[in-house]
Amino acid sequence: MLKHLLSDDLPRSRFLTVLLVLILFGLAFAPFITSGARPLNTAATICVYIVLVASYDLLLGYTGIVSFAHTMFFGIGAYGIGLGLASAGPFWWIAFSGLLCALLLTILLALIVGLFALRVRAIFYAMITLAVASSFAVLASQLSDLTGGEDGKTFSVPALLSPSFHLFENEVFGRIIDGKVITYYLVFGVALMLFLFLLRVVNSPFGRVLQAIRENEFRAEALGYQTIYYRIAANCLAALVAALAGALMALWLRYVGPKTMLGFEVMTDILLIVVIGGMGTMYGAVVGAALFMLAQNYLKTLMLQASSALVGVPFLAEALHPDRWMLWLGVMFVVSVYCFPAGIVGKLRST
Amino acid sequence: MVQAQPPMSEPLLTLNAMHTHIGQFHILQGVDMVVPRGGVSALLGRNGAGKTTTLRTIMGLWPASQGSIRFDGKEIGKLTTPAIAQSGIAYVPESMAIFSALTVKENLYLAAREGEMDSVRLEWIFGFFPALKKFWNYPAGNLSGGQKQMVAIARAIVEPRKLLLIDEPTKGLAPAIVHNLIAAFRELKTTDTTILLVEQNFSFVSALADHVAVMDDGRIVHAGAMRDLAEDQKLQQRLLGLSLDSHQ
Amino acid sequence: MHPSATTATPVTATAPDALPQVPHDIAPLLLVPLLALLMLPLVGSLPIWITLTVAGLAMGMMIFIMASGLTLIFGLMGVLNFGHGAFVSVGAFTATLVFLPLRGWLEVDSLLLNLGVLGLAILLAMLVTGILGWAFERVIIQPVYGQHLKQILITTGGMIVAEQLINVIWGAEQIPLPLPASFRGAFLLGDAAIEKYRLIAVIVGLTVFAVMFLVLNRTKIGLLIRAGVENREMVEALGYRIRRLFVLVFAAGSALAGLGGVMWGLYKETLTAAMGGETMVMIFIVIIIGGLGSVGGCFIGSLLMALVVNYAGFLAPKLALVSNILLMITVLLWRPAGLYPVAQH
Repeated sequence: MLKHLLSDDLPRSRFLTVLLVLILFGLAFAPFITSGARPLNTAATICVYIVLVASYDLLLGYTGIVSFAHTMFFGIGAYGIGLGLASAGPFWWIAFSGLLCALLLTILLALIVGLFALRVRAIFYAMITLAVASSFAVLASQLSDLTGGEDGKTFSVPALLSPSFHLFENEVFGRIIDGKVITYYLVFGVALMLFLFLLRVVNSPFGRVLQAIRENEFRAEALGYQTIYYRIAANCLAALVAALAGALMALWLRYVGPKTMLGFEVMTDILLIVVIGGMGTMYGAVVGAALFMLAQNYLKTLMLQASSALVGVPFLAEALHPDRWMLWLGVMFVVSVYCFPAGIVGKLRST
Repeated sequence: MVQAQPPMSEPLLTLNAMHTHIGQFHILQGVDMVVPRGGVSALLGRNGAGKTTTLRTIMGLWPASQGSIRFDGKEIGKLTTPAIAQSGIAYVPESMAIFSALTVKENLYLAAREGEMDSVRLEWIFGFFPALKKFWNYPAGNLSGGQKQMVAIARAIVEPRKLLLIDEPTKGLAPAIVHNLIAAFRELKTTDTTILLVEQNFSFVSALADHVAVMDDGRIVHAGAMRDLAEDQKLQQRLLGLSLDSHQ
Repeated sequence: MHPSATTATPVTATAPDALPQVPHDIAPLLLVPLLALLMLPLVGSLPIWITLTVAGLAMGMMIFIMASGLTLIFGLMGVLNFGHGAFVSVGAFTATLVFLPLRGWLEVDSLLLNLGVLGLAILLAMLVTGILGWAFERVIIQPVYGQHLKQILITTGGMIVAEQLINVIWGAEQIPLPLPASFRGAFLLGDAAIEKYRLIAVIVGLTVFAVMFLVLNRTKIGLLIRAGVENREMVEALGYRIRRLFVLVFAAGSALAGLGGVMWGLYKETLTAAMGGETMVMIFIVIIIGGLGSVGGCFIGSLLMALVVNYAGFLAPKLALVSNILLMITVLLWRPAGLYPVAQH
């Protein structure tokens, strides 16, 4: 049963299994083992990023495509649901039709960019997606009538999901089951399903062809596979899942904005997580996203203490400033690419 | 101390059990070949037999996974391509690989590694490739196929080298130009340069070569004097018949 | 059939002594003047058109300076440095080491003194970015040589780290970089206002282009670079160590990015650590438009893109936001490998 759910792709490391189970339980019971808004926010962000990063892993780790347009699709999903709800009111059917429009736009753009640039080499695709995605982000932040510009837009969600909705009169295990908690479980459930779906995809015959293409495109072609179609299909699939992740993010935050949804920082976060977590493993997305978000939220406090302890030491005090935490992640990233190409998951599996 | 000189009888180039892998493909499966000093040695065989790979491996463009390559008394199997070139080997690939954005003059100029080109030698080259003199300052990319081949060969000999590796120079050329090339190679044979020629064109080879080796499936299957092979039609048929038919 | 009957099929039927045609591919060269002329009636006013055109040319020259090194680096070795923008930022920030202490000299309205300080800043910036480029190639690029995926990841990582280090060294606040006194303002050409600094940018850009052109066409190293862009294997087979050539080109390309950074920083008049990353998008677009590896194409592409941005900004501001992409798509539909495709890649 479990084996089937995981598509026969088991963690294959005792420590990794323990880690994954811990993350799963942590996320599943996050509303009850923590209190307050911040931990729940972290948990929801982890769920969304697991899906976002896993879908990117389908591209980078399994197909060998470097794309810088993943945030664009993430943003389209978010804006689709967000702008719909913001303009037409908090109704379920609006949310769904907004999402549907976003998915259509996603698949259209992914197809066009794919057809345009995937025929050429990986390097070309990376450049073109960077250019397209950054233009898209500029567009979203400048068309303020439609998108709310740099400030973005906040919106109300359907009543069931809004914080003022209470499912029960009383607290359950110390937490009031309000719309926020329901939204959390919506995010968690959809994220879990999407992750299992991606796991299924990479372990399907389709996924194996993708890996064959990554290993040796020439040979895959010689075996009769139209590699270009497989790559475009992978590209579209990854884009669709990213858009769904974006929709979850928007639903959770009840806000869409260019920095949160389309910024280049989001793209670098994805890259850092997938590489440090482990490319081509899927589980790397889970471990990476969880560690990254926990670090982002709690490591900074630690760095602040270290930095204030080192006030006066010229370089170190600056380098340990909480705003510089990206410096250390960047260094970790570069070291991982050289020394642990399969990231944390690969390291755990090999020991 | 006296430097140990290789005995003059030692061949210029000796390949010993040379293996080459390209990716996961095992292309050369133990090539043993000897190229004597002087004259023209021809390497024949059907398409895909491993002739080009042999030349590229000698040149260091593919690494040999096993075996040894001795050139002029030294092991060169582990050297880099530039070091191999500097030891006195020039290479004319099948694609000719002329620098089409550069003029004929600049193509040759780059081949003369130490400073300027020797004008006497240039005149000698112009003697059998007069077209080069004519198009001296033209971009090489605008020349005809035959003229490009002349640039490629001239680039290999603009400095005296011990060994020339030439891959299918007659491919795609008109008969008139092939005759021109034969004359040029005859002229080259009068110098100290040794030539290792990969060819499909048997009449071209039999007009020039002194020694011959035949490859099949990544191994040498025949080696001997060209004269013997040229006179023995049955042997030709057995070694090359298939390849030449399929080449038609 | 007798084997000797096989002769190669004649493919080249050209008479051996016919003079070869020299087909100069001039269509791309005409694009820039054509675009400018076409826009004149649309803009409708000659002075505004002149101002826009000069602004576009100046911006294009600066982008060219930043992009030219990257396209050569890619052309020669197929290495695409996603961290190239870091050298732009580092160049600009390094220049403050000269500009800030000599602030007094910049406030003096003397062209000579101002140019002297600018020259000094450029020299230092190019020196620092050149050395960093050399080190970057040795430490970061060489281990992942020939592995495109890792190259993209590593150089992107290098970019992140470099940006953060700039913040550590120079602080996270943006640094104002006022123009030297004599570069400020504009002079009038008829009714058209031409900003002085833009003129300086055009002169610097043209100088860089001319020097590159001379080096690539008249020196042995330049010939080797062009030959290597076309076929690096053959350059090695002629006995040259192409790695050495590449390190040199990488350092020179990084130094050019540094120079471009100084010019760009003065143009923007503020410096942020992210400025290099922001220019990367433009740089990528122009080297794609030009044809990866082609310096001439990169030059035309830079001018073309900058002019389009400026004209579009005036004629249809909303369109200007995506004009880069539209231009790139148009060019690639016309020539899928860019204006001047380079054979090897």
